Amino acid sequence: MMFIRQLSVFLENKPGRLCAATDTLAKQGINISALTLADTSEFGILRLLVDQPDRARDVLTESGVVVRISEVIAVAMDDAPGGAGGILHLLSEAGLNVEYMYACVGRLSGKAIMVIRTDDLELAADILHRNGYGDINPAEVYRI
Amino acid sequence: MSIRTPEIECMPREELKKLQSERLCAQVARMYERVECFRNRMDAKGLKPSDIHGVEDLHLVPFSYKSDLRDYYPYGLFAEPLKNIVRVHASSGTTGKRIVVGYTQNDLDMWAECVARMMNGLGIDDTSIVQIAYGYGLFTGGLGAHGGAERVGATVIPISSGNTALQIQTMIDFEATVLCCTPSYAMYLGEEVQKMGVKDQLKLKVGIFGAEPWSEDMRAKIEEALGIKAYDIYGLSEILGPGVSGECEHQCGMHVWEDNFIPEIIDPDTGEVLPMGATGELVFSAITKEGFPILRYRTRDICSLTDEPCKCGRTHIRMRKPSGRTDDMLIIRGVNVFPSQIEEVLLKVSGDQITPNYQIVLDRVNNTDTFDVNVEMSESFFSDDVKSIERLERTITEQLRSMLGISAKVHLVNPKSIVRSEGKAKRVIDNRNGKM
Repeated sequence: MMFIRQLSVFLENKPGRLCAATDTLAKQGINISALTLADTSEFGILRLLVDQPDRARDVLTESGVVVRISEVIAVAMDDAPGGAGGILHLLSEAGLNVEYMYACVGRLSGKAIMVIRTDDLELAADILHRNGYGDINPAEVYRI
Repeated sequence: MSIRTPEIECMPREELKKLQSERLCAQVARMYERVECFRNRMDAKGLKPSDIHGVEDLHLVPFSYKSDLRDYYPYGLFAEPLKNIVRVHASSGTTGKRIVVGYTQNDLDMWAECVARMMNGLGIDDTSIVQIAYGYGLFTGGLGAHGGAERVGATVIPISSGNTALQIQTMIDFEATVLCCTPSYAMYLGEEVQKMGVKDQLKLKVGIFGAEPWSEDMRAKIEEALGIKAYDIYGLSEILGPGVSGECEHQCGMHVWEDNFIPEIIDPDTGEVLPMGATGELVFSAITKEGFPILRYRTRDICSLTDEPCKCGRTHIRMRKPSGRTDDMLIIRGVNVFPSQIEEVLLKVSGDQITPNYQIVLDRVNNTDTFDVNVEMSESFFSDDVKSIERLERTITEQLRSMLGISAKVHLVNPKSIVRSEGKAKRVIDNRNGKM
């Protein structure tokens, strides 16, 4: 299974909001394994993978921000030129649209871990699986 | 400086009182016959027109309210058939429905005459070139000032509001001597004129500014920036539009044209009439209006009156600049905005998307009002999707614009993030004070 659980946090576009969110996690001893920030002129969405997704959601919600847990795909790939291209070609040939992607901060068994969100997650996972991209244990990704 | 109609403007007060009494009694009788809302209120108090003998009985006449204009929307308070109504104007009500007023030709003539009195009093005449930068349209500002300027025989430049560069160029090329607009726009024009370094090319002598509260400090700045004398004009659509009252050359309060409008100051809580000089809610009775007559209208403006003789020789009572409101109406870029209008827009947006909590934040940057509306997103609406949030912000922005006629910047914020004091959200944060 390639699905992993990602936290999305709504951040108002004001100084200190991102910092407050990461502080909340740090205080609870929650570690971040991947992070990306989508921003518009009015607001941002912080997306992250953490070692304790449910606890992270609870503490962030308690701190007054809205949080959603959504599913994304994690794929292990060679950390070499063309590594990302191999995945993206497969997805685009299948007509899938990548909404966003980002990478984990560390490696897993020597491989780079890419986090991908597409419009049809099931199909994307299926295609990658059939093309030799193996299963990843979500628990291991959260702990990177 | 000349007095256009000394026989009226300088009429001895005893005589003026007699004139007002005659007109009031006639208006009460006419409205009792023609305006259902008024008749019902008189009946409810057990009053007949014959009980009103003159201005001394005015306090008996029932009040009228802004909500009446909504309840009888659009034409229910008119006292003339539409064939005699030659124009309508409209402005914002407390909710989505606008309020509508109508004018007969006599009403328009009276209106123009009121504005003309003020203009002549400030030396504006047929040699003047008057640039009118109030908005033309349903708003009474543009056409109201226009009517007065034409009546004094001035050359009118009906440029309407906006396009600052063109305004200044026009002012220079057409050699405008008088400017009519909102005080905040005058301030902005003044700053632009300074920036462009064209003050010495201006022929402006006089400015007539209204439709917005402004301070003496702001007056001094406008006068300096444009090299003019700046005068305050007051009015509201429900009574007439600009010209209900206006300053004379002495800048010491606005003369209320009492042959047409009787002002009172009341205690807004008890409705009791307060003595001359006291501060309270300003109430107007329009004793000569035909199309849309109204008596004892609660303006919600907080104000005071003085009947001390004015150096100009006019006997008509002067009112101070209104110092505030008894309701929650906001004036943003010259437009009347009620928080309830914003509430109405937000209530139409699905509760799955936002909570009913919102906050209006007003500030003033470069002499222009900024208008931000923070809206709490509901817990369940937030997804991982940027586009759906942007779409919701856009929808709310568009609906607010169509309701209010001005643009607000909408920000979705986290649920429960709008500060509540004693459980009730503070709806308006106005940081504009002192930033005129």
